[in-house]
Amino acid sequence: MRARPMGRTALLLEVADDGEVAALLRELTERRRSGALGPVEEIVPAARTVLLDGVADPQALLRRLADLRLDPPAPGAGPLVEVPTVYDGADLAEVAALWGVDEAEAVRIHTGCEYRVAFCGFSPGFAYLTGLPETLAVPRRATPRTRVPAGSVALAGPYTGVYPGASPGGWQLIGRTGLPLWDPGQEPPALLSPGTRVRFTEVPR
Amino acid sequence: MSAARALRVVRAGPLTTVQDRGRSGVAALGVPRAGALDRPAYELANRLVGNEPGAAVLETTLGGAALRALAPLTAAVVGAPAPVRLDGGPAPWGEPLLVPEGAVLDVGPPTHGVRSYVAFAGGIDVPPQLGSRSADLLAGLGPAPLADGLLLPVGLRCGEPVRIEPLPLPAPPRTLLLRLDPGPRADWFTAEALRVLAASRYTVSAASNRVGLRLHGTPLERAPGRGELPSEGMVLGAVQVPPDGLPVLFLADHPTTGGYPVIGVVPVADLAAAAQAAPGTPVRFTPTAR
Repeated sequence: MRARPMGRTALLLEVADDGEVAALLRELTERRRSGALGPVEEIVPAARTVLLDGVADPQALLRRLADLRLDPPAPGAGPLVEVPTVYDGADLAEVAALWGVDEAEAVRIHTGCEYRVAFCGFSPGFAYLTGLPETLAVPRRATPRTRVPAGSVALAGPYTGVYPGASPGGWQLIGRTGLPLWDPGQEPPALLSPGTRVRFTEVPR
Repeated sequence: MSAARALRVVRAGPLTTVQDRGRSGVAALGVPRAGALDRPAYELANRLVGNEPGAAVLETTLGGAALRALAPLTAAVVGAPAPVRLDGGPAPWGEPLLVPEGAVLDVGPPTHGVRSYVAFAGGIDVPPQLGSRSADLLAGLGPAPLADGLLLPVGLRCGEPVRIEPLPLPAPPRTLLLRLDPGPRADWFTAEALRVLAASRYTVSAASNRVGLRLHGTPLERAPGRGELPSEGMVLGAVQVPPDGLPVLFLADHPTTGGYPVIGVVPVADLAAAAQAAPGTPVRFTPTAR
């Protein structure tokens, strides 16, 4: 792990891969809960990093992390959310073709994996899910759509995402869910927060 | 019985939003911080009308705003200095004033600076979302920007207005000077890029907004062979450099993650001046040795 100062009150912790981000996030969350981390306003995971922001003394915090170990998360650890999905996305045929399978097999592949929320970004409650084998990564659409409907289940790179609200978007649409993903009036406001395990189940159109 | 404590928006101005200290603890869900851009001016506005710290105020942008009081309300205008009128007559800037029921408080375009702060005793009492009443223009959280005719509830006053003398009068310098703590991705740029950043004069672009201060000037060159940076967490004051090489200084509505390298971070203490730097203002960066 490498720590990079980000201004005077933040540390950017950089690790090797998505699995280490998950392990680091879990460890930091546990230490924060037990009070061993000291005051931190935000813990923001991303693809290869975890940002600790709102830290009064970043160097002191770094010293407290000297004994950190990044063990991979135990399989089956953490809450599981099932996302019932109608697989009728406009780009399903294209994704299946990229994978070299037919649409039914593409759905079997997508529902057969277990996912984990690696991080959120792009818009509130938009979760980047890892879990698809790296060989199945797909490119973004060359031309983004001006409007992707809320609940769209979509792929880009190694990630699966579910659009919490309607927005422009360049991801490949494979399906849709009616599950409410984001409600700022609820606690927690996001259904899919970092660390949550996710499975997609197929429901008929 | 007295009339409801509320305001009617007579003239919303180019962009007037409700702001407080913003949201905290929800960045991991992709929720930006939002909140008043000129934090000292915001705190001062609340002090002048006797509000608790953290009460919501109005933040205007370049063109001011006009508001009719539907009950007698104590108000104060600070931040960017601007002509203040009460029912057409001159009224003081920078001290508490009573707006009688039915009267219109008009804040004109600033004589310099960008954002004036208009506080009312009791605070703007729109419902909070995720712990804040701030409008977030990136994520679309909190109340929408003010529109003509809109009704805004005002809370019950809880303290006494105060006069502060001498009032710190913001006079934005002719050149915006920003310290810069290099990193975390300074190594993504050529050695020349940091020298260029320190030696060049940039100017504030008209495309600047609450998300970031965009700058015109000499592009910063990336070190060769770096490829693409995976998205990573962003902080207030981060200077992100997109592929066009022109730095963007992140302000309160910045995205929580971003995929362009951050060459350095401007200390929070320098951001109030950045929030008041109008388009065309010259900008100089001073990298710190850290």
